[in-house]
Amino acid sequence: MANIKALNLNGNKVTVDIDPQTSLLIVLRNYLNLTGTKYGCGEAQCGACTVLIDGQAIRSCITQVGKVADKQITTIEGLEKDGQLHPLQEAFLKADAMQCGYCTPGMIMSGVDLLSKNRQPTRDEIVRHMDRNVCRCGTYLRIITAIQMAAERKGGAK
Amino acid sequence: MTDAPEVERYELQQDGTYQFDFDRRQFMKVFGGGLALLVPISNLLGQDAERQGESGRGGFSRNLPQEIGAWIHIAEDGSINVYTGKVELGQNIRTSLTQAVAEELQVEPSMIRLVMADTDVTPFDAGTFGSRTTPTMAPQLRKAAVAARETLVALAAQQWQVEPGTVRIVDSRFVNHDKTKSLSFADLAKGLKLVKTIPADVKTTPTKEWTVAGTSLPKVDGREFVTGRHKYTSDLKREGMLFGKVVRPSTLGATLISSDPIQEKDAGSQVVKDGDFIGVATADQQTLTRLAGTVSARWKPTEQPGNAELFNHLRKTANPNQGRGRPVGSVADGFAAADKQLEQTYTVAYIAHVPLEPRAAVAEWVDNKLTVWTGTQRPFGVRGELAEAFHLPEARVRVIVPDTGSGYGGKHTGECAIEAARLALATKKPVKVVWSREEEFTWAYFRPAGVIDVKSGVKNDGTITAWEFHNYNSGTSAIDGKYDIPNQLVQFHPSQSPLRQGSYRGLAATANHFARETHIDELSALLNLDPLQFRLHNLKDERLRAVLEAAATRFGWGWGKRKTVAGRGVGIACGFEKGGYVGTCAEVSVAAGAKVKIERVVESFECGAIVNPKHLENQVEGAVVMAIGGALFEAVEFANGNILNSRLSRYRVPRFSDVPNIEIVLVDRKDLPSAGSGETPIVGLAPAVGNAIFAATGKRLRSLPLAPKGLPS
Repeated sequence: MANIKALNLNGNKVTVDIDPQTSLLIVLRNYLNLTGTKYGCGEAQCGACTVLIDGQAIRSCITQVGKVADKQITTIEGLEKDGQLHPLQEAFLKADAMQCGYCTPGMIMSGVDLLSKNRQPTRDEIVRHMDRNVCRCGTYLRIITAIQMAAERKGGAK
Repeated sequence: MTDAPEVERYELQQDGTYQFDFDRRQFMKVFGGGLALLVPISNLLGQDAERQGESGRGGFSRNLPQEIGAWIHIAEDGSINVYTGKVELGQNIRTSLTQAVAEELQVEPSMIRLVMADTDVTPFDAGTFGSRTTPTMAPQLRKAAVAARETLVALAAQQWQVEPGTVRIVDSRFVNHDKTKSLSFADLAKGLKLVKTIPADVKTTPTKEWTVAGTSLPKVDGREFVTGRHKYTSDLKREGMLFGKVVRPSTLGATLISSDPIQEKDAGSQVVKDGDFIGVATADQQTLTRLAGTVSARWKPTEQPGNAELFNHLRKTANPNQGRGRPVGSVADGFAAADKQLEQTYTVAYIAHVPLEPRAAVAEWVDNKLTVWTGTQRPFGVRGELAEAFHLPEARVRVIVPDTGSGYGGKHTGECAIEAARLALATKKPVKVVWSREEEFTWAYFRPAGVIDVKSGVKNDGTITAWEFHNYNSGTSAIDGKYDIPNQLVQFHPSQSPLRQGSYRGLAATANHFARETHIDELSALLNLDPLQFRLHNLKDERLRAVLEAAATRFGWGWGKRKTVAGRGVGIACGFEKGGYVGTCAEVSVAAGAKVKIERVVESFECGAIVNPKHLENQVEGAVVMAIGGALFEAVEFANGNILNSRLSRYRVPRFSDVPNIEIVLVDRKDLPSAGSGETPIVGLAPAVGNAIFAATGKRLRSLPLAPKGLPS
């Protein structure tokens, strides 16, 4: 298969030259130096590597770059706009929804996906959607609070 | 009561040998001018000297060196830098230590920068463990900050020819009595070349007058984390860097018989062999695992016990000549005085830390000097391991620890750093090694498994008269309870652990509290007494009583008035360790099909004066959540030298759906010095949940995890 030559990344077209079977996680971290997306388990169990593909949360560790070459890829680095944090990033800070912070980018990307589909998720809906993301420090309740805070803010703005 | 050491066998029994011997002139040469306040290391270790041996780390018992343990440097441009060998792993000490310094210097916390855990620029530190940062490092940094402030105030007073007592700091500037004159930190530090050791009689702000500590300052660099900008070790990249991977033995304990002759695989890749070590390095991470798979090696397995025979093995291999604890009173008399006796055995499984950032290291050799970035809780210990492995003087090894993706006691050792350094030495390029999740589950170390036998005697009025407690292998932390029992025999018996074991958040305090607090619950059931009142009847310690009552009150304990709902039950437990007091109440439901669900937890915690309420609450809540795993379902399964559940899809950790409503009650004791909080809040949950399961079902569970696949039949 021919190498992948370009990707749509965080709203920009970037030039690459990569074997299409390479995992998206490795491409982001090693070739594009976007290290906000993390390795945690390599088998789509922890969610640390979550990115958005056309707005949908996926696990980049098990996604071949060839499968997403023509799609819009959004990583944690793409959320902040002109120095303005995404409302969910703000909410994570307000709710103190982290300790070591390693799971945080994946949590935020999964949360952004949820809020794009469901502007006012209930607690149960948040738990169901986020259940494949692991925070070993145990800040789950704060993450739920952060998502609810961001939802209220988004809901209020509409 | 016991003089046995805590089992932390995989920590190096060395520290204190690595001393930072800057003299004062060198100090200024490195840091330029300004004002530096030095914290002698003896101040930091002094409080630990009495506890020597308890942590098994040695070192503290030696003559305490008069070296530097931390310092504050106010540079000529007025910037305030604090140097400490402590490591940030999510416990938020970067924030709490900033608060301590900001308070005493009377400046905005944003003016302070902490330089942490870099063996070339921060002074020696034994490691970040044992909940020691808050009780030892913070007070000393406060003293240094007071001394810095007083020095600068004196300088300002001198310039203005006024009494130092009339000079104040307002809005981060030094001002005279009517604010007609002012000087910044930079104005005063400019041209200074002053190095001072903090005087012994420095007076820090009493806890009751804290205005910066005691408030919920947000995580100082929180924005770095929510934007993904923070660089963990695993995110680092060096020019020309290769990715490395170790070819692991076929099974635990296997030794290398033979391997293929080593050859260059292709231009970009290399296989490195040195004794039993085989590793590969390549520029392309995607091919790394495949490359490691091409190395054919033969390994000789050794016989390894499995789960099935674990607890017998721990008893059988206990050293009969070790572990004698000093008895209190006479247990024989105590049993004779008892109306009822109870004898039970409790067990805990090996569990894994599962830090979300696996072990990682980036190693680089430049001019025969080795620099390694790695996520470890013991930067200076790892420097020693590297120096030993490569036969280098420590001065030629630098270990830098970027703020790390958690540890929980699991990152004390430096094997990943050594692996990266060995590959970097061979390839003459910087090499990054990041352990796979499977390697983390297999080649790191575990929380010790243990067997605990408890025998007790009690009078019908609820007074405990005798207590005999034997812990095999799991360790001594919190092995002595706080209950007032006149006759006790408490012993720890070290055994041969089939798996590699070491520190884990709270050490053996979880196992010992589980056994003790379950047994206490069994005694209360035997006498048909309220478990809360039974505890209080045998407990004088005011601080422990206070947290127990605080948790019970918020929970709405009401044992006498409780409604019996089928499949629902409540349980209570309390504990103490490392200066922290915890009380935990839990409510569980057991559904048809035996699925156990924790419905609600109330946990009270007291560790003296609270430094940062929000971060403390976060820490306590996180400990409760982490405890759910060890309490209900986490266990390492192993047989024939293989870890059978070495992946996240097979080893269950707590997730969103496992988390109940958790209410934290913080008890603030402004009259008491602050203790750490990273560990002790984890100990109360398992016994509280086990006791609640008993209340719900009448089934007494005595093994952790309690219900890995639902309630055991």
